[in-house]
Amino acid sequence: MVMEIVCPAGTPAALRAAVKAGAHTIYCGFADETNARNFPGLNFDRSEMRDGVAFAHTHGAKVLVAINTFPRAGEEVIWHRAIDDAAASSADAVILADLGLLNYAAQNHPDLRRHLSVQAAAANADVINFYAEAFGVKRVVLPRVLSVPEIAEINAETEVETEVFVFGGLCVMAEGRCSLSSYATGLSPNMNGVCSPASHVEYSDDQGVLDARLGGYTIHRVGKNDPAPYPTLCKGCFNASGKSSHLFEDPVSLNAERLIPQLQQAGVAALKIEGRQRSRSYVAQVVRNFRAAVDALEAGHPLPEGMLARLSEGQAMTTGAYKKTWR
Amino acid sequence: MELTVGPNQFFWSADRWAALYNDLADAPVNRVVLGELVCSKRLPFYQDRIPDAVSTLQAAGKSVALTSLALVTLKRERKLTCELAEMGVEVEINDLTALPFFPQSTRFSVGPLVNIYNEGTLAWLAARGAQRVCLPPELPLSSVEVLAAAGADLGVTIEVWGHGRLPLAISGRCYHARMHGRTKDNCQFACEDDPDGLDVRTLDDQPFLAMNGVQTLSDSYASTAHHIDALAKAGVSALRLSPQSTGFTALCDVYRRLLEDQCDGEQTVEAIRNIDSSARLSNGFLTGDFGADWSGDAAQVSGRT
Amino acid sequence: MPQSPVQIPRFPQALAYPLRFMPLVPLSASLTAYSRRISKSHPELFRRLGAHGHTRFVLDPTDLPFVMLLDPNGGTPRVTVIRGAGEGAARIAGPLAALLGLVHGAYDGDALFFSRDLVIEGETAATLALRNAVDDAELDLSQEILNLSGPLANPLQRLLAFLERRTGVCLTRPDEVEIW
Repeated sequence: MVMEIVCPAGTPAALRAAVKAGAHTIYCGFADETNARNFPGLNFDRSEMRDGVAFAHTHGAKVLVAINTFPRAGEEVIWHRAIDDAAASSADAVILADLGLLNYAAQNHPDLRRHLSVQAAAANADVINFYAEAFGVKRVVLPRVLSVPEIAEINAETEVETEVFVFGGLCVMAEGRCSLSSYATGLSPNMNGVCSPASHVEYSDDQGVLDARLGGYTIHRVGKNDPAPYPTLCKGCFNASGKSSHLFEDPVSLNAERLIPQLQQAGVAALKIEGRQRSRSYVAQVVRNFRAAVDALEAGHPLPEGMLARLSEGQAMTTGAYKKTWR
Repeated sequence: MELTVGPNQFFWSADRWAALYNDLADAPVNRVVLGELVCSKRLPFYQDRIPDAVSTLQAAGKSVALTSLALVTLKRERKLTCELAEMGVEVEINDLTALPFFPQSTRFSVGPLVNIYNEGTLAWLAARGAQRVCLPPELPLSSVEVLAAAGADLGVTIEVWGHGRLPLAISGRCYHARMHGRTKDNCQFACEDDPDGLDVRTLDDQPFLAMNGVQTLSDSYASTAHHIDALAKAGVSALRLSPQSTGFTALCDVYRRLLEDQCDGEQTVEAIRNIDSSARLSNGFLTGDFGADWSGDAAQVSGRT
Repeated sequence: MPQSPVQIPRFPQALAYPLRFMPLVPLSASLTAYSRRISKSHPELFRRLGAHGHTRFVLDPTDLPFVMLLDPNGGTPRVTVIRGAGEGAARIAGPLAALLGLVHGAYDGDALFFSRDLVIEGETAATLALRNAVDDAELDLSQEILNLSGPLANPLQRLLAFLERRTGVCLTRPDEVEIW
């Protein structure tokens, strides 16, 4: 079976571009704090969601709605309404992380397919099977802490489909378990749907030396001809033990294009592309590459050569945790 | 209000580890959670000391629980988690992986690394057997209030992060090993040299984080010294103190005096500074604009520019 | 580290020089009229700006001798062209070709930023909102001009196509983006 290409869309235009470029499935979110890419100018209002799902369905593609932040105490109704509206817009599934929300969806929309978000950081077969039994979860997006052999082991022990990230931004922390961003800025992925938010970013360019600060903390300082990374906390340059270095991760982005055959062998059902905050041009380009790769694999042809370097952060790539030495 | 001692987050020698729990037997705390939270590779070094520590503490009248690992990926870690459920001591789960190993009737507690942000999640876990919950340190006071009220209705004891470096993130990657140019499998236990984590500063030399193997903590020590009344009023029934390498039992005394109204917030802060004059404090997650924020006293200049 | 495979074309200096003497008031008036036309045909663009609908943006084509101040003004935009640095809450600077390519969806904003073809300063959130709103609007600036030009539309379209081929600057919205 051809592996499913699951593609991001931050705007209706990006959704249409992704569908036209050959995405099997699009994931997107409502324009509020219910999803983990709550960025300025992004995401879908209710009518855009209905239209987007209809457009995708007309072209044989699916739409998954990410409602993957953790509802604020006392205001769960905002998140409940998002699930109700996703169901009403005929979305093919919702992507959830919070136990309470999973329970709400299972109770109130039993026919709406439930995927477990990477924000739940379900990293082994025991906990994945627990989510399946307790809430009828059909697919899990695996956290980016696992090697390919570990993914294969998980697939051998569960009926739940697995979806893995293959391209784009890379969290080095277990997702949904990180409050670095709110420690520095007050806004977090779990509560507000943003990490290292743009509202707290300051760039200052002093004769070509570019400083990037987040919430007043200097995260990067790069010279005139160096690539300029966004000041994401876990990819910052810090001082420890008398040295300056990228302690947690270099400003790289994930590209597991060459690992697609191994991931298929490991039993992975779907390949996920990160980047709801990226442009429609980026989305179309990345989708076309990955679609060509899975189609080639299916036809028994060699993988086409990658051309994605420039689209990535800081222009350097990693295969991340998929290779065990990353740890 | 009760005092709970959370699991030691750092890698200490077995003797140092055991000494902490001997000392805690005489400390004015009600409850102790122990065991390995951060890295399964550390456990063999002190695993055989755990039963003694448990019985010493129990004999001293403390309630005792064993923590699960914060992130379970390897086969060996899954096995450890499963065995934990069979040890006959109350378990504090810090990763939901432990849950399927408990029969429906087993009562357990939930640690600060499980995401409980709202009443729906709290209610679901209570129905599954949770009797006590330490809330995630990231939560603002407004959420703590709602959850403490919900906890009262559900019969769940609510605890909050009282004092200590904040556990901000957990990863599959070991940063100590990475810094020393080693892989995680061949880490040579680099984290053992840093009994309170390794200081991480910004390029402008502002103190910021602390590195602890696969875990990242705050540089600052979160302190509820100024929030006891608000927390008590909300219905919070316990404070969690996180072990540190110097003066920890003295710190337990300080918070006990605070809870018994023998000193106020300012005096508590002063006493904390007497134990470790270099420690920077924070309480921003509860009431500030950002986690590292400190409302306590002007004496501590914010680290930020 | 790989060299960037795409060179952003620069506006020829010989052509930029005379622009130093161009009167800016009529240019501002035309660009304001033009931007209001776009705001009528793309109201969602201003909705997406959200909280940043009254933020002043400085658009700085670094190969031209002027900057544009864009006031979205809640949907009734105003463009003022001035010489000098210009004041605003957010500044987006880069070669004209990069700015036009961004509007037309030919380039990815993050990629241009990472490669430092684009420099942003000031309120990053406002800049992101503008970028995302423009990306969703699928603008075609040339088509907007053609719609205005009545009988001159056909020759003008041929002229724009010629210029696009000669300069490599993206003046229209490409159907299938294959620049990378």
